Amino acid sequence: MNQAPKLNSFRGGPDEDGRFGIFGGRFVAETLMPLILDLQNEWDNAKNDPAFKAELEHLGAHYIGRPSPLYFAERLTAELGGAKIYFKREELNHTGSHKINNCIGQILLAKRMGKTRIIAETGAGQHGVASATVAARFGLPCVVYMGATDVERQAPNVFRMKLLGAEVKPVTAGSGTLKDAMNEALRDWVTNVDNTYYLIGTAAGPHPYPEMVRDFQAVIGQEAKEQMLAAEGRLPDLVVAAVGGGSNAIGIFHPFLDDESVKIVGVEAGGKGIEGDEHCASITAGSPGVLHGNRTYLLQDGDGQIKEGHSISAGLDYPGIGPEHAWLNDVGRVEYVPIMDHEALEAFQMLTRLEGIIPALEPSHALAEVIKRAPKMGKDEIILMNLSGRGDKDIFTVGKLLGMGL
Amino acid sequence: MTARMDKRFADVAADGRPVLVTYFMGGDPDFETSVSIMKALPKAGADVIELGMPFSDPMADGPAIQLAGQRSLKGGQTLAKTLEIARRFREGDQHTPIVLMGYYNPIYIYGVDRFLTDALAVGIDGLIVVDLPPEMDDELCIPALEKGINFIRLATPTTDDRRLPKVLENTSGFVYYVSMNGITGSALPDPSLIGGAVARIKAHTSLPVCVGFGVKTAEHARAIGASADGVVVGTAIVNQIASSLTEEGKATDATVPGVEALVRGLSAGVRSARLAAAE
Repeated sequence: MNQAPKLNSFRGGPDEDGRFGIFGGRFVAETLMPLILDLQNEWDNAKNDPAFKAELEHLGAHYIGRPSPLYFAERLTAELGGAKIYFKREELNHTGSHKINNCIGQILLAKRMGKTRIIAETGAGQHGVASATVAARFGLPCVVYMGATDVERQAPNVFRMKLLGAEVKPVTAGSGTLKDAMNEALRDWVTNVDNTYYLIGTAAGPHPYPEMVRDFQAVIGQEAKEQMLAAEGRLPDLVVAAVGGGSNAIGIFHPFLDDESVKIVGVEAGGKGIEGDEHCASITAGSPGVLHGNRTYLLQDGDGQIKEGHSISAGLDYPGIGPEHAWLNDVGRVEYVPIMDHEALEAFQMLTRLEGIIPALEPSHALAEVIKRAPKMGKDEIILMNLSGRGDKDIFTVGKLLGMGL
Repeated sequence: MTARMDKRFADVAADGRPVLVTYFMGGDPDFETSVSIMKALPKAGADVIELGMPFSDPMADGPAIQLAGQRSLKGGQTLAKTLEIARRFREGDQHTPIVLMGYYNPIYIYGVDRFLTDALAVGIDGLIVVDLPPEMDDELCIPALEKGINFIRLATPTTDDRRLPKVLENTSGFVYYVSMNGITGSALPDPSLIGGAVARIKAHTSLPVCVGFGVKTAEHARAIGASADGVVVGTAIVNQIASSLTEEGKATDATVPGVEALVRGLSAGVRSARLAAAE
């Protein structure tokens, strides 16, 4: 009788305090707490409001271009000689990545809350571009915080944000990457809490952000499931996605979590190798800690100071991960593995040549894992991968690494 | 241990003046200088000391305290060494309350039980942990109160009357009223607005209310001290330390005396606060 109840669903979280097991929570300054609680109320109301849902779906269909296609990668499958490989083509969305799904949802919430100013953080610039886009679409001023290092390596996206009317503020603190941009965005938010909405780009931060961002991104997995049933008459055997903060991954994973036959793998940035400090593999090589409003796996030293990560991909260059991923790892539902910079770079080139699709460096990490696993699987097995963004923004980085002048 | 804090507030109140609370970053610019700065503070007129625990990602701090934390960490400061600064201070001062201020992660990694035991042993009287709101009280606040260490909460302009009781529920020692929405080191808001805010908080609690954020000069300290039970000065002291350093960030002969002179001035400010208010 005293046996612990068996978990009958992996999709029930978080609890009312925003916890996924020991992960998640609301670790923020008092100044922000009233706003976080307001946001939670607004979100609870919105998700049960048919008008909100209808507006979201309308913009999804006509502005983002949903549903995104499910594509059978025939030549890649033949080349690897194993499982059938399908891509969920989130890179075909307006603005070129999955980020817009979340931005549309959150800006509708910001409007409901009467906020008149949008702030966002960005690493690769995809979330910054998506935020600047929805801010333009809804006529709100937008400030995007971006690490100075990233401003340099993602120049095309910086220009896009400026064209869209956003103000891009380079952050020089720390190593000038996503973590530092998030600190600075939080400082702005604490200062301008009355009129400002913080549009967080990943499934992390204080509750309710991890849940809310996941729910806005879960459209990826919901569509993919229906499309896969239509195409193959069954579910995939393996679902793979890249994980930085983890919004594209939780979006495609979540609808499959309770399907026991589906194996799920999240791919972290292994950088130059997980033995040293030059990686961003928070789950593989980190430990639980508290940063940016939640408890999750972090790269940190023995004194609890957060380390600077490294990844070839600015979008994965973050020393933490969304709290739901931390929990899914600990309960054993999702396996998290690292992929090195050079493996991602090889995958990037392979997809470009074989399928005529230039992927972003973030999903190139997921692709590298697919390339490892597909040949070991049967030809009757199916892999579903989230192709979360397109690689136009990365051509300068890749050109430099391959020694090709542009 | 709570007794030391309560006694200090009661004694100073009996003098008819507000308490001067001074913040500095442990380990800035180096361990030994930090010990000297801490020892100098009460002599210059500080009544309560907030000892900063450096963190790599101080999300509620402005540039001055961010840089102080970076200098401190670069010099090899750790939470264990910050506790050691307090221990060294206590060898010569049994009466000045010490409040540790910082962020949760270093404490979480150190281990909450071990941290509270070690903090008590070196004579810590209170904690201010910026990223632990009342919703997270089970993490550290309740265990600290059970051990007899004060948990001092920040109240802000966004903490309305509906929320104040929740914020005050497990607060002890004093209430730290952050005078504006923003990060440390911002500009001082209109002191006339602060009187009303302090009165609003006092309607909900019998604890002393100290006001900080933006207090830089003796004149500010005097103006704030006219209505508050205490005045908190942080960034001004941190800036004073920074301005005394070499280009490489090393301490000079001017570092400790500079802090002393600044705090002496601030102390004169709070000592004249009620006289000014009575005029």
